[in-house]
Amino acid sequence: MTTRRDFLKASGYLVVGIGAAGLVSEMPLVAQGGGAGPYPDVDFKQLDSWIVIKADNTATFFVGKTDLGQGTGTAFRQIMSDELDMPYERTSCVMGSTDVSVDQGGSGGSDALQTDGYPMRRVAAEARRVLLEMASNRFSVPVTALTVSEGVISVTADPSKKVTYGELVGGKKFNVALTGNNINATTGVAKLKDVQQLKATGQSMPRYDVPAKVDGSLTWAVDVKVPGMVHARNVRPPMAGAKLVSVDESSVRGMPGFVKVVTKGNYVAVVCEREEQAINAARQLKVNWDKPAAAPFPTSENLFTYMRGAAPTSSAPPAVVGNPDAAFKSAAKVIEADYDVPYQGHVSIGPAHALADPSNGQMTIYSNDMKSYGLRDGVAEFLQLPRDRVRVVWMEGPQAYGRTAADDAGFEAAFLAKEIGRPVRVQWMRNEETAWDTKGPAFAVKLRGALDAQGNLVAFDYDARVADYNHLGYNEHDTVLISQLMGTRPAMPARGSGATPNEMYAIANRRMTSSVVSLPLIWETPLRTGNLRDPNGPQSTFASESFIDELAAAANADPVEFRLRLLTAATDDDSGFKRARSIACIKAAADAFKWEARPSAKRVGSGEILTGRGIAYTYRSQTVVAQIAEVEVNRRTGHVWVKRMVCAHDCGLVINPEALRRTLEGGMLHSVSRTLHEEVQFDTEKVTSVDWASYPTMRHTDTPESIEIVIVNGDPNPKRPDLPHYGAGETVCKPTLAAIANAIFDATGVRLRRVPFRDARVLAALKTAKV
Amino acid sequence: MANIALRVNGQSRTVDVDPATPLLYVLRNDLDLKGPRFGCGLGQCGACTVIIKGEAVRSCVRPVSTVQGAEITTLEGLSQNGKLHPLQQAWIDEQVPACGFCQNGQIMSAKAMLDKNPTPTDAQIRQSMATTLCRCMTYYRIQAAIKRAAKAIASARRGSNSEVIA
Repeated sequence: MTTRRDFLKASGYLVVGIGAAGLVSEMPLVAQGGGAGPYPDVDFKQLDSWIVIKADNTATFFVGKTDLGQGTGTAFRQIMSDELDMPYERTSCVMGSTDVSVDQGGSGGSDALQTDGYPMRRVAAEARRVLLEMASNRFSVPVTALTVSEGVISVTADPSKKVTYGELVGGKKFNVALTGNNINATTGVAKLKDVQQLKATGQSMPRYDVPAKVDGSLTWAVDVKVPGMVHARNVRPPMAGAKLVSVDESSVRGMPGFVKVVTKGNYVAVVCEREEQAINAARQLKVNWDKPAAAPFPTSENLFTYMRGAAPTSSAPPAVVGNPDAAFKSAAKVIEADYDVPYQGHVSIGPAHALADPSNGQMTIYSNDMKSYGLRDGVAEFLQLPRDRVRVVWMEGPQAYGRTAADDAGFEAAFLAKEIGRPVRVQWMRNEETAWDTKGPAFAVKLRGALDAQGNLVAFDYDARVADYNHLGYNEHDTVLISQLMGTRPAMPARGSGATPNEMYAIANRRMTSSVVSLPLIWETPLRTGNLRDPNGPQSTFASESFIDELAAAANADPVEFRLRLLTAATDDDSGFKRARSIACIKAAADAFKWEARPSAKRVGSGEILTGRGIAYTYRSQTVVAQIAEVEVNRRTGHVWVKRMVCAHDCGLVINPEALRRTLEGGMLHSVSRTLHEEVQFDTEKVTSVDWASYPTMRHTDTPESIEIVIVNGDPNPKRPDLPHYGAGETVCKPTLAAIANAIFDATGVRLRRVPFRDARVLAALKTAKV
Repeated sequence: MANIALRVNGQSRTVDVDPATPLLYVLRNDLDLKGPRFGCGLGQCGACTVIIKGEAVRSCVRPVSTVQGAEITTLEGLSQNGKLHPLQQAWIDEQVPACGFCQNGQIMSAKAMLDKNPTPTDAQIRQSMATTLCRCMTYYRIQAAIKRAAKAIASARRGSNSEVIA
C-alpha cells in the first residue's frame, strides 16, 4: 500500500522540516514545483491536478476537500479507484492544502459525496480513458480490443501483451485538458461506470487515517513546528463589548521568554518564546477595559422572554399551502405549544489553533480549518496580500462540524506573524473556546395544529423566532473575531436566517414563518452565531417533530401510524419519490425497533424508573432519517438515560457502510448531548459557560446500551445504474431531540418543550405534573 | 529554568525548563511527543493523559518538577517490539476514532483501568471512563473496543499460562 511518505519520497516533492530540533519529521506536501511560493490556484482543468500515477503503478488523488474524521478521504479513494480501475490498496489521497489540490471548498454541507464526489469520479474515469488510448497506441489495436483490470491493460485476444498504468504514464504528466464551467462541473469525455460495476464502492474499507491516530504517529496541525516559531495567547475582553483603554506592558516585560504585546483596537495578544510562558504572560498582563454602557444581552435565563418580545430584524416570506386560517377556524380541535432551544456551542475538544509562517515573503498557515481555501482567501484580503502568496496547509485536527473558531485562530496567527516577522503559533485556551467560539442560534418556536373530527391533521402553523442576527460566514476577512475587535466590519451585518421544518408531510393547510431577532450587542460579542452541524435543523426539528407527536396524542393515534398517514397522500409529483423514501425509512426504523403500535403516552408505571419510546423523522437534501429512542426516566432524580436508539437512514448509494454507521452513531450521540446537556449560559456581561463543568456534554455514562443503524435504500428502483450518492453526516443530527422528547412523553405523560433535559429541569416538570 | 531529569517511554531525558511548567508542554514541545494533547488545561477532559506509576495522569495540570525520575508512559510508548498494544489494535478493529483528537486520553485511561481491573463490567467501564471526554461522541465504540481488548488480553494471558504449565 502506498503511504503518503512513500509518495513524497518517490515523486520528488519537497519535504521540509526534518531535523533534530523538534521539527516534525513529515510535513504535508509543499507546492508542486517547490515550496517557496508563490502559490497560484491549482488548475482544475488539468487532469494532472487531480491524479498522479507513479512508475510503481500507484495512484495519488488530489482533492480539495477535508476529512473531519468521517472517512470521506477513504470514500474518495474508493470511488476514484473504481472509476480508474486501480485497486483501492494502490491508491492514496491528498486533501485540502490550497497549493496542491484544486479548490473544492473544503468541507461543509454534508456534500462531500453528493456534490464533490462526481467531479472526482469523472476525472478518474477520464484518466482511465486516456490510459486506454495510450495502450491502444502502444499495441496498435483499437481501445475496444483492450481489457483493463486493476491498473493493467492487456490485449483481450493476446493477454501476454500487457502494460501497467505506471509503465504508460508513471513519472510523466497526462497533459490532458478537462472542461467545465466550474470545479463541480469538471469533466473529461469519459462516461461514469454503472454503479453495478463499482468494486470498492459499497465495501467497508477500514479508514486509512485510523492507525496513525491510535499509535501516536500522526502529525496534527497542533504538532507543527518550524524554526524560530513563537507562541501567542489572546487576551479577551472580560465583558462583551468592553473597550480597551490601556495595556500595561511593564506587567509582563520582565517575564521569561517575553517577546511582545500586540494590540490593535480591542484585540490583545501576548507573544513569548515558549508556550507556557505565553500562557503565564497572558494571565498576568494588566489590561484596563471600559465597561460598555448598556448590557450586551439578557441573561440566558431571560433569553426566550427577550426573543419573544423583540422586534424582528427580518422575516422570511411565509410559506403557505391551502388556507390555514379557514382550516383552523373550522377545526374540531386546535392545539398550541411553544418550543425553546438555547444557544449551543461547537465546543471543540481541542481549542482553536493555527501556526502561521511568514518566511520567504509568503504566508503559510498550518490549520485544521475545514474550509482551508476560504481561510486562504480571507487571510489574503485581511492582510492585503496577493492571494497567491498565501497558502493553507490543511492537517488533521479536533472536530469542527461547522463554522468554528478554527477560522479565527488562522487569521490571528497570520496577523501576528506579519506583525512580528516570525512564525507564530496561536492556541486558544479552554475558557476562550467555550465562551467565544461561534454558537448555534437559539430558537423560540410557536406551533399550532388543527385536527378534524376523525383526528386527521388539517392545518399546521410553524412560527420561529431565531436569535441569529449577524450570523457569521466562513473566513470572512471583516467578520472574523480579530477584525471585529479591531473595528473592521462590513457595512451591514448578515441578516441571519430562521428555519422551517423539512419533512414531506402532505398537510392540506400549512403556514411556516421564521423571523430573526437581534441581541442588543451585535459586534464583538461572544454570542456570535455560525453554522453548527446542520445549522438549524436540530432546533426546528425538535419543535416540529415534538409537536407532530403532540398532535398524534391529541388524535389518540399511534405516532408511527400518524406520520405514515401524513406521508401517504398524493404521490404523482416529485414529492411522491420523497414520500416513498420517507415511508420506507419510518417503516424500517419501526421494524428494527419492533415498534408496538399504540398511542402515547402509555400508562405511567409505578416504579422509580419509567420507560418509553419515541420516534422522529426528517428529510434534508435528499437524505431521509427516522429515529426511535427508548428512554429510562428516573422519577426520583429526573435523570434521563437514552437506553436504546434505532436509526433508519437513506442517503442513496452508500460508499462505505461501516464508516457511514460510525458517522451516524456519532451524529446521533452529538444530538443526544445537545438534548440532555448542552446550553450556553450567560449573565448580562459575559458568557459564563467556560469549561467542561459549566458547559457539560455527554459522557461515557450517558452512552446508550444499544444503537442500531438500518441502512435503507428506498429508491423506487434501487438497482438503477446511476443510483446517486447523497449526503450523510448532518441530517442524522436533526430528529434526535424530538425522538427523545417523545419517548419521555411516552414514559411519563410529561411534554418537555425546552432543551436541554438536565435532571433538575426534568424533575421539576415531573413534580409539576405530579408524576 | 532548571534541569529536570525525566524517564519517558523507557528513555532518560533531561530538559531545561521552569519547574512549574505543566508536564504536557514539556512532553509536546521539548520531547516532541504527539500523543498527549492540549484539550482544556484544567484536568477536565483527559486529552493530555499519560500513565505514571500505573495511574492515568492529566499531564496538563501536573508540574514537571513533581514527576522527576518517575517512569512516564505516553501513547507512543504503548506498543512493544513494534506490536501495537491490544487496546490500540482493538481501536483499529472497531474503527473507533472520528476526528481522533481525544483518543489518546481514551486509550491511556482505558489502559490504566485494565491494568488494575482486567475484567471490568460494563458499568465499571462507564464509570471509570466517565471523565474522559469525546466531542465526536465515539463512546459507544470506545466501550466496545475496551471489551474487545480485555478479551484479547485475557486470551493472550491464558495462552502464556498454558505454555508455562506445559
